[in-house]
Amino acid sequence: MEAQRTKPDPTPEQRRVITGNAAAAHAVRLCRPGVIATYPITPQSEVIETLENFHVNGTLDCEMIAVEGENSAQNIVCAAATAGERVFTATSSYGLVFMYDAMLQTAGYRAPVVMVNVNREPPGIHAVCSGQQDMIATRDSGWLQVIAETGQEIMDLVIMAYRLAEDDDIQLPIMVNYDGYYLSYLAEAISIPSQQAVDDFLAPLCAQPARPALRPGTGMGAGAHGLGTGFVELRRKHLLAMERAKDKFDEVDALFAADFGRTYGGQIECYRTDDAELVLVTSGSAVGTARTVIDAQRDAGIKVGLVKLRMFRPFPRQRLAAVLHGRQAIGVLDRSVAFGWDCGPIYQEIRALTPEIGIVPLLGYIDGLANMDIPKPHIETIVTDLAAAARGESRPPVSWLVAGA
Amino acid sequence: MALVDPKTAPGAATFPTEASWSDASKDLLCLTTGSWRTEKPIVVVEKCTYCGQCYLFCPTQCITPGETYFPIDLTYCKGCGICAKECPTQAIVMVADGDEADGSPADQT
Repeated sequence: MEAQRTKPDPTPEQRRVITGNAAAAHAVRLCRPGVIATYPITPQSEVIETLENFHVNGTLDCEMIAVEGENSAQNIVCAAATAGERVFTATSSYGLVFMYDAMLQTAGYRAPVVMVNVNREPPGIHAVCSGQQDMIATRDSGWLQVIAETGQEIMDLVIMAYRLAEDDDIQLPIMVNYDGYYLSYLAEAISIPSQQAVDDFLAPLCAQPARPALRPGTGMGAGAHGLGTGFVELRRKHLLAMERAKDKFDEVDALFAADFGRTYGGQIECYRTDDAELVLVTSGSAVGTARTVIDAQRDAGIKVGLVKLRMFRPFPRQRLAAVLHGRQAIGVLDRSVAFGWDCGPIYQEIRALTPEIGIVPLLGYIDGLANMDIPKPHIETIVTDLAAAARGESRPPVSWLVAGA
Repeated sequence: MALVDPKTAPGAATFPTEASWSDASKDLLCLTTGSWRTEKPIVVVEKCTYCGQCYLFCPTQCITPGETYFPIDLTYCKGCGICAKECPTQAIVMVADGDEADGSPADQT
């Protein structure tokens, strides 16, 4: 990584009411990428529009490359990252799957690209609507995948994403996900850190051993064919790096808390789980609603807790097993589906932890597809179900909570 | 055999770096695509008019201009036969590869 750029620092810490998309753009500006290549798509376009504004008014000094599509965008940031630059791109839905082959390449090259993916239903049943299915469609791409709950978390997670992806021990691309519409367009009061604070937080990356880099006039091969044992070695290294990324994410969260005073718990956040008999697991903006319901249920004497999944790839197996072990019933709320499993993907993966968790009622819920709201009564239904299942009453393993279903 | 951790097994790794980097001036890892071949092209030098069609059409770019004809680098030639198909004077013929008695000129084996 090259030394930090030396633009004047005109931006002290400030608190402003901005959208989730604007929060992502401010975070990117503060991280000073050298190359940005992004193609507009609803509901992400505001991210690139805001960055273009920063670029035009001189507060963002970088190469801003206009492209004809997302496939080119991903190829450009992959190439720039292998040349040693800090990079950024953003997309959603159709755009995400249009760059799928390039995403696999970026991951295989171990290029530390930071990408925002504003969650939206992908192609198939046309829907310009929120939903996590686009992220799920790329879960085996070899990228790190993290999920934000609020506008402030979008801001903070993008900054943490650079610290994680560019860590010498990780060197992996990372996708920062947040719910389209619910988080992309809604505005809230968000603390925007000072330039100096973000520079200081990312400074350790510059002190790392230099990564190899493609440079004109030097004969370096990146992603050169490693047939046979070479291929296996690269695959194995990739998987081991993903395993290391879990603890590293916890570590980055703690470092962020020390610098900025906000902590999110790393891979997962456990909310009122200490003495909980029932636990609900969910992710994204639905966590805010769930938190409110959990508080009300606690007031009513129900011992229920909440686990917020912040990291989806790698999957936080160890921390989830530790917190879910010994409960009387577990519920999982998904905003997407796992084709071929008749359940949601987060539910599917938590089921795979059964040997560690133990055999207790494990109930899956599919809700919030295509911008359908996840209101408080839906979460209350889940808690009621979990309490009944814990008493030994029969409940279906997977339920669809969408209105009218 | 169990997989070893390439980061902690000295000498076990093909790649010295975490990612798939190699030094092109020394040991760039590459495919010798010539090993994929079942037929190989032979240039009948007397028929060659040095028109360069084979050089232009070769997808693997293993044909380069020589003194009087266009020699083919058989390390990388996949044996696709496009050069033989395109040659206007039939100066390139495809023969079964690996046949010792194919009559190849000494410089085209």
